[in-house]
Amino acid sequence: MDEIRDDRRNFLNWLIGGGLVAFLGSVFYPVYRYVIPPPSGEANVSQVKLPFKLKELQEDEKKSRIFKFGRNVGIILITPENELKAFNAVCTHLDCTVQYRKDLSIIWCACHNGRYDLEGRNISGPPPRPLTAYTVHLDNATGDIFVAEAKG
Amino acid sequence: MADKIARENRLFHWVDERLHIQTLVDYMSHKVVPQHSHSFWYYFGGISLFFFVVQVVTGILLLLYYRPGADSAYESVKFIISEVSFGWLIRSIHSWSANLMILAAFIHMFSVFFTHAYRKPREMTWVTGIFLLALALAFGFSGYLLPWNELSFFATRVGTGMAGAIPGVGDFLMKLMRGGEDVTGATIGRFFGLHVAVLPGVFAVLLSLHLFFIQRQGMSEPLEWAANPQFKKYRPFFPNFIMRELLVWLIMLNLLAVLAVFFPDGIGVVHWPLGQKADPFAPPPPVIRPEWYFMFAFQALKVLPAHLLFIEGELAGIIILTAGGIVWTLIPFLAGKFSSGKKPTLIIAFGWAVLAFIAVLTILGYILE
Repeated sequence: MDEIRDDRRNFLNWLIGGGLVAFLGSVFYPVYRYVIPPPSGEANVSQVKLPFKLKELQEDEKKSRIFKFGRNVGIILITPENELKAFNAVCTHLDCTVQYRKDLSIIWCACHNGRYDLEGRNISGPPPRPLTAYTVHLDNATGDIFVAEAKG
Repeated sequence: MADKIARENRLFHWVDERLHIQTLVDYMSHKVVPQHSHSFWYYFGGISLFFFVVQVVTGILLLLYYRPGADSAYESVKFIISEVSFGWLIRSIHSWSANLMILAAFIHMFSVFFTHAYRKPREMTWVTGIFLLALALAFGFSGYLLPWNELSFFATRVGTGMAGAIPGVGDFLMKLMRGGEDVTGATIGRFFGLHVAVLPGVFAVLLSLHLFFIQRQGMSEPLEWAANPQFKKYRPFFPNFIMRELLVWLIMLNLLAVLAVFFPDGIGVVHWPLGQKADPFAPPPPVIRPEWYFMFAFQALKVLPAHLLFIEGELAGIIILTAGGIVWTLIPFLAGKFSSGKKPTLIIAFGWAVLAFIAVLTILGYILE
């Protein structure tokens, strides 16, 4: 007799406990999902036309400009050999924005003195990886500069 | 099994040694709730409290994505309901729960009034309750503007414009509320601060007092019991009343879930579609109306003639409504002594008159538009 009672009690405990878990789940699941932000509405791009022309860059004292590349920031510069180079401007150390140091012929991160050469390779300081390089296309007729993600 | 009990006892003793909770447990276990044909009404205060807790939780969740400001408020609400997972549900619950909270608070207030539960020694419970209702209305008014859509923009313009009709301080008050000459992004900032910081703070203090008074004094007993002690009947507060209260809350939660899921934009006159973004230079939409709980005041100001005796109609309306509110708040002090066994007919008649005034003007407000 007692065994049957225990069985019934057990069954009820499971039923009520299960119901409670399901109830709490149905309350907290939406809350959990709500708290997780949705993916950014801004599309990632693979190519941009820079909002300035080659002439402006050449006349720029720093020989370099920062530009918006989709959700990222990029940096474009003119090397002493008169080459156009573009990289993702986010330092691989702690996400600061890098800058071109014409005087040292390096790309430099001011936050923790990270240094990259003009190929984007990390040469000294804390950065663990090279900068991501972009390919640069120049429309010689108009002076428009196009920057694209490097293939491969 | 015995082990479990011993463990629970040890934990209890550990806490009791430090905080002396045994006295609290004794107090709660002796607490009783009167049981009679109108006990039903005791639950409405608890229901209001339940919806308030829902408001706090969903309000905090909305804060994660809401961004005040003329350029971002509408966009962020749109983002919440269209992009964020279950965002539509959180906004829907917040809106439904707001309306149900105010409805439950109104029912609670009138039930306390008609059972004369405000009488000595519960005057302060009544007064804090009225202030809490006023704060709840302020929550509603300030929250209405936050989505920065067409309807909320014009309703807030009208609402704040009313304050401007008060002679002397009106203009100052209106500018204070709007944060300038007109309803702009600056108004959103003010209403937002009010809605999420100032009002919750004041509300928490008053609510604590209100609940403290109730726990200290217990539930009011029916007037008739004083003359007929043989009818007295009680129910233990713990666990009997608490279990019933929890059951009522569970039912309310289900009601809320059903309404929020099936009517995310509201239904009938309780309606909050996001619609178009507010444009101060566009003509107002054909129907501008306040939320249902402001309708009677809105309608009262509308039906008054342009001039009443020597003052402007709008001003006269504001004076009458304010005076009515003050009398209503002071009812416990104006009602006089309650002698046992005698029904306070005058007070009851006054209560019905107020209820009829609110009901008729509210219905008129919807019919005449």
